[in-house]
Amino acid sequence: MPITVSIPTILRPLTNNQKRIEIDGFNVLEAIEQMEQQYPGIKEKLITGGEARRFINIYVNDDDIRFSNGLSTRLNDGDSLTILPAVAGG
Amino acid sequence: MLTIHAKLVEAMFAQARKDHPVETCGVIAGPHGSNLPLRLIPMRNAAQSETFFQFDPKEQLRVWREMEARSEEPIVIYHSHTNTPAYPSGTDVKYAREPRCHYVIIPADSRYGKEIRSFRIWDGMVTEERVRVRNSYKSEWELSMVA
Repeated sequence: MPITVSIPTILRPLTNNQKRIEIDGFNVLEAIEQMEQQYPGIKEKLITGGEARRFINIYVNDDDIRFSNGLSTRLNDGDSLTILPAVAGG
Repeated sequence: MLTIHAKLVEAMFAQARKDHPVETCGVIAGPHGSNLPLRLIPMRNAAQSETFFQFDPKEQLRVWREMEARSEEPIVIYHSHTNTPAYPSGTDVKYAREPRCHYVIIPADSRYGKEIRSFRIWDGMVTEERVRVRNSYKSEWELSMVA
């Protein structure tokens, strides 16, 4: 069973307006690399300098990957990966 | 244009005064595609700063999932300015990621105005819009309003 990825509104133009996509990958980075193959351009929206962008939140199930192993966080079949742009300002 | 119930405006001001001098923040959800703010959800400012706000990522995930389950979307994203005019700062413009949202700024210090102001922010561009404050919504909407 693949990983289900929830795509935020702002990135849907890259995924043919799909809200959810299914992907394989043993960790978050590999899942993003797989997405990049199918939906070019998405990786640079999520990653910079080898790390998740500071104002993009990525969750595996209910957990923010910043508090586990970042992009190396393991994925298991059936997990959900949620991408949400942080809401921030000054 | 943003049409918003007076009770929601009062609730945002009350929250901004309570949190002052820390910036307050939150979201008002409404039925998907309605452009009508109904359900006000105060958020914790994870930055606890007078010059910056950020939704707590864990709380944001919970609230966003709840909206999705209720067929809602964020209609308004609001925050207070504590010591500057209620106009988007460079930081506000830089991090705005919801082109469909009304970005509302509340002047927590009355020297900078007594009204909320609303903006569309997209791709570095700020467009101020008119705010129409209503004392009533259609009765079926009022029932689902929280403030």
